[in-house]
Amino acid sequence: MLDAIFGRLTWDSIILVQAVENPNINTIITASAAAMMPVGGVMIVALLTWMKWWKPLFEWLTSVDHKKIGTMYIIFAVIMLFRGVVEGMLMRANQAVGLDGGFLSSNHFNQLFTTHGTNMIFFVAMPFLFGLINIVVPLQIGARDVAFPRLNQISLGLTAAGGFLFMISLMVGEFSTGGWTGYPSFTGRLVNPGVGPDYYILAIAISGIGSTLTGVNFSVTIYKLRTAGMSFMRMPLFTWTALCTSILLIFAMPPLTACCAMLGLDRFLGFHFFTNDMGGNLMNFINLFWMFGHPEVYILVLPAFGVMSEIASTYSGKRLYGYTSIVAATMCIAVLSFTVWLHHFFTMGQSATVNAAFGVATLLIAIPTGVKIYDWLATLWGGRIRFTAPMIYLCGFFVLFTIGGLSGVVLASPTLDYQLHNSQFLVAHFHNVIIPGVLFGILAGIHIWFPKIYGFRLVEGLSRITAFLWAIGFILAFMPLYQTGLMGMTRRTVAYEDPALVPWMVVSGIGSLILGLAFLFILLTILVSVLNRKKLMVPFGDPWDGRSLEWATPAPTPEWNFAVLPKVECRDAFADAKAKGTAYQPIGKYDDIEMPANTYYGFIIMVMASGLGFGLVWHMWWLAIASLLGAIATAITYAFMPQKQYIIPAAEVREIDEAWRRAAREGTGVTRDDECKEANKGLAIPATITNP
Amino acid sequence: MSFSIRKSLYPGLNLGEGHGDDHLEAETSVFGFWVFMMSDLVTFGMFFAVFATTVPLACCPGPKELFNLGSVALQTAFLLASSLTSGMAILTLKQQHASRSASTKKLIFWLLLTVLLGCGFLYREISDFIAMAAAGGPPTRSGYLSALWSLVGLHGLHVTGGLVWCLVIVAGILVRGVDLRWKLTLLRWAVFWHFLDVVWIAIFSFVFLGGLL
Amino acid sequence: MIDPSTNLAIAESFLQPMGPVAADQLRHLKIVTLLTLIAVVPVMVSMPWILWRYRRSKPTGEYRPNWESNRILECLMWGVPIAVVALIGVNLAIMTFRLDPYKEMGKDPLQVQAIGLDWKWIFIYPKEGVALVDELVVPEGRAVELTLTTDTVMQSLQISAIVGQIYAMPAMTTKLNFLAVKQGEAKGMNSQFTGKEFWKQKFQVYSVSKEEYAARMKKAQSSDLALTADTYAILAMQGTSEEAKKPLAIENRQGPIEMVLGDPKIFQRVLARYMVDDMTPESQPGSPSYDPKKSPLPMVSYKPMMGMEM
Repeated sequence: MLDAIFGRLTWDSIILVQAVENPNINTIITASAAAMMPVGGVMIVALLTWMKWWKPLFEWLTSVDHKKIGTMYIIFAVIMLFRGVVEGMLMRANQAVGLDGGFLSSNHFNQLFTTHGTNMIFFVAMPFLFGLINIVVPLQIGARDVAFPRLNQISLGLTAAGGFLFMISLMVGEFSTGGWTGYPSFTGRLVNPGVGPDYYILAIAISGIGSTLTGVNFSVTIYKLRTAGMSFMRMPLFTWTALCTSILLIFAMPPLTACCAMLGLDRFLGFHFFTNDMGGNLMNFINLFWMFGHPEVYILVLPAFGVMSEIASTYSGKRLYGYTSIVAATMCIAVLSFTVWLHHFFTMGQSATVNAAFGVATLLIAIPTGVKIYDWLATLWGGRIRFTAPMIYLCGFFVLFTIGGLSGVVLASPTLDYQLHNSQFLVAHFHNVIIPGVLFGILAGIHIWFPKIYGFRLVEGLSRITAFLWAIGFILAFMPLYQTGLMGMTRRTVAYEDPALVPWMVVSGIGSLILGLAFLFILLTILVSVLNRKKLMVPFGDPWDGRSLEWATPAPTPEWNFAVLPKVECRDAFADAKAKGTAYQPIGKYDDIEMPANTYYGFIIMVMASGLGFGLVWHMWWLAIASLLGAIATAITYAFMPQKQYIIPAAEVREIDEAWRRAAREGTGVTRDDECKEANKGLAIPATITNP
Repeated sequence: MSFSIRKSLYPGLNLGEGHGDDHLEAETSVFGFWVFMMSDLVTFGMFFAVFATTVPLACCPGPKELFNLGSVALQTAFLLASSLTSGMAILTLKQQHASRSASTKKLIFWLLLTVLLGCGFLYREISDFIAMAAAGGPPTRSGYLSALWSLVGLHGLHVTGGLVWCLVIVAGILVRGVDLRWKLTLLRWAVFWHFLDVVWIAIFSFVFLGGLL
Repeated sequence: MIDPSTNLAIAESFLQPMGPVAADQLRHLKIVTLLTLIAVVPVMVSMPWILWRYRRSKPTGEYRPNWESNRILECLMWGVPIAVVALIGVNLAIMTFRLDPYKEMGKDPLQVQAIGLDWKWIFIYPKEGVALVDELVVPEGRAVELTLTTDTVMQSLQISAIVGQIYAMPAMTTKLNFLAVKQGEAKGMNSQFTGKEFWKQKFQVYSVSKEEYAARMKKAQSSDLALTADTYAILAMQGTSEEAKKPLAIENRQGPIEMVLGDPKIFQRVLARYMVDDMTPESQPGSPSYDPKKSPLPMVSYKPMMGMEM
């Protein structure tokens, strides 16, 4: 009876119980991490009750506003980033003292590198980017929301459900030890009968379906909701990269869903897709996984490239150099990213011809990527460069990402892969593209668009320190791994035997401490900014002398984004309007605005998906079936319920919008000298006029 | 919401007469569903790819022992016929005239006929699965059989979903009448249903015919 | 870079090559790096210069806010990476074919079979009738052809100082051809993560003179241990080779395990076990409930169906 209810969940599965029964450093570390969740949960509940925030919280959770959904993605990602950074620091600390065995048990360390990778890719980088895309893209194309606002909420719900499964594994049971790539047969049911791989499969499959839907939603948004005159070749670069990322999501997520489903069938029902025996073939998993995994790299890095384009032109006060080139290069990268997956396993024993073909295809990607970097440099040429935090990220990106590209070209060579595959060199390489590429882009993007949504800037000084900390921490933590990789140290190794590796590992450990500090500085920056928000207000909405449409709205942006949908006649529409003096001019006619009302379907789907996942992991079949039927019933109910809209009367819109326009026309703006001072209220005197 | 569509509307928007600006909403909705179908197609592609790499093992029954081509042909006939009737349903939608109730009845007739044919397909498919398992070819027997069952089963699961969806639409039309939302749902469902036909043709040719030749 | 003479007695990586493959790889690494620098250096040099020249506080260059395209520059920007990639690409293809691990490095290479287990390697010398655990002895100057498989999860065998790595997969074989031209000792390892004691899965490679090689083989041939299905099943239990000594009842013996090849078909039987019937948790090495008594190897002689020579 109890087995039917609890499946294979027992008292001992709970991590806290394990720590009480068998206290040692590993169980204590995991138990304190596990304890943070209930403790944190109680504190949050107390805070919500104390501040009477339950109602606003409910408003947020049921919101279909793209700005609020984007914010929720980013909050989710920051929480997960905390976990990821701590895991990284633990691993680096363990390896710093890892000569012949560190302080962590092998099983614990193996879970750490699995959760670190899974977390950073699926629950940090992707939600961060989805958050940014959600916030920025509708504003940049002059739309009021995304094409399918309710579907957007469901995507968020599925991502959160994946995150829930991933986090709950910290408290109940364990996570996979098979690495973020989860290769069978190591994750098959014979070798790994526990719950770990099931958590892994379900967490990434559920959030992966959410990502597919996000891809559909944003590609349709960008195809169909562009405002009048916003032709493709007038779109801001960030929107272009968001479009490419969305297309990649549509085509790259299904292989992940498929290989997770197949591995699940192997594990749950005894199929033979990837088993050792009876004609199963683990190479199929590896192929499918990387058919997703390689485009995934570009799913992450393309929007970051988009941010870099925006930085280069905005913070040097000039047009983007080589717009057409950059767009073409972005598309090239997107297409080529589907043709190179095999370079993740050059050493699997295929023929030299196959390896050579995929090696050369991989090299081809270096061409458009190189072009983009040259284009951004050329954008700075002839500009007036302001060294604000985003520009520091851009400069760090130039130097460090280029080194990452260099090691990428090295690894593109099958010959060298025979030596460097599975080594620390590889670890150094992908951190070298993901931290200076993706993370720098995300952090810079948050710095740029934060005032747009919340109405005040982030404090500049702390932001700059944060940027430097990330760069220095990265260099110290990961550059040594290039050397240890060349010296033959493998990845995923809890300990090592060669004393020559120790100094490098110690430096790397120190670097990881700085990265931890850098994370704290993000929180500190936000905290100090919130406390000083009065001084940092930018109500006019254009703190950086921006160039695209999103800056042509007040900050914080009203829920309807644009009182009247703008018309676009060229690239950099808002910069053009400012130069011509047509910005902030009164609009004649206002219409009623119809917006989709809040719904709780996304929330329900999140609960159902979490229940489905948890039920499957622990073999609580009743829970899984009930959740699945519940989700279907929800979908059917949804089809029958009226889709509520609410109307914002034209008069109300007119009042708010005209007041803002009038104030902007009458106000005196600031030059770029005062960009980071209190005087910057978001009204810019165009740089083209005032720059020396 | 307003949309920035100016030209090149999707030609399959059969919304009937006098729909005002509804086609603008339909355009986004149906286009979005097409995009989703592309994604689903890749999923099927992956199952196809895995199937293509597996070979029947000597120790276990293969296509010759397991496939019942007569039944598969019957399934194909059912599914193709259901595609035709679903097309008739959409045409009815397009030709909706003033005599609303008559055309609604016709619409429901075609939809229910589609469901019936779909059920026929599923019935044959499930019988075949049972027969295969009885002949020593359950999916747990070998990699080839796993891939076969999953590919065909994934399609069957889609068909089941399509049938449930169709019944929901019929129920919805009975409750609320043929309003814009049900029309849009119908248009998307029709895309889905034809898509399943296309996938089945591929399964029929590569898996069943290819396996026997 | 580390100087082997001062820092390490054993060559751990291809930075101290002991054979032509590793030496070629090291040279290729240098060439690729240098070629890529053609495209990288301009970025590194021009960035600080541009930042300095166009800094807003004290610019020296002209302000051109609307400058957005230049045909010559555009050609350079696309042309230089294309040229560099073309150079590297040709080089890459040539090297890939030259260092193809399936290509024999000399006439009549020494045949060795390797079976990857948790967490040890068994090296079988079928002609010599010898099996060594976590020890690979090769005669200096003679080509070697290693045929690999594993009897657990996927592994990857790498001897950095001599040759790169190749995956070993259950029910399949892959090949690694190499040649050691120096006498000495090198480190070999499994680089593909395989669980708890993965980091201990290292083995010693000895490149020795012909005479010493013959002597070593002779010594192993006179061992009182034989590699049969029974001893193999014990070796297949999870643990390092040191930990395997106890169940083999040789816990007092120093040095690596040396065995006579009791069953010359053992490699084929390991391959065949995955084609006969479902594996159970008890019969699958690497599974936590593996039981050597319940893990019979099939008797069939078997030609690998899924050999990787594509």
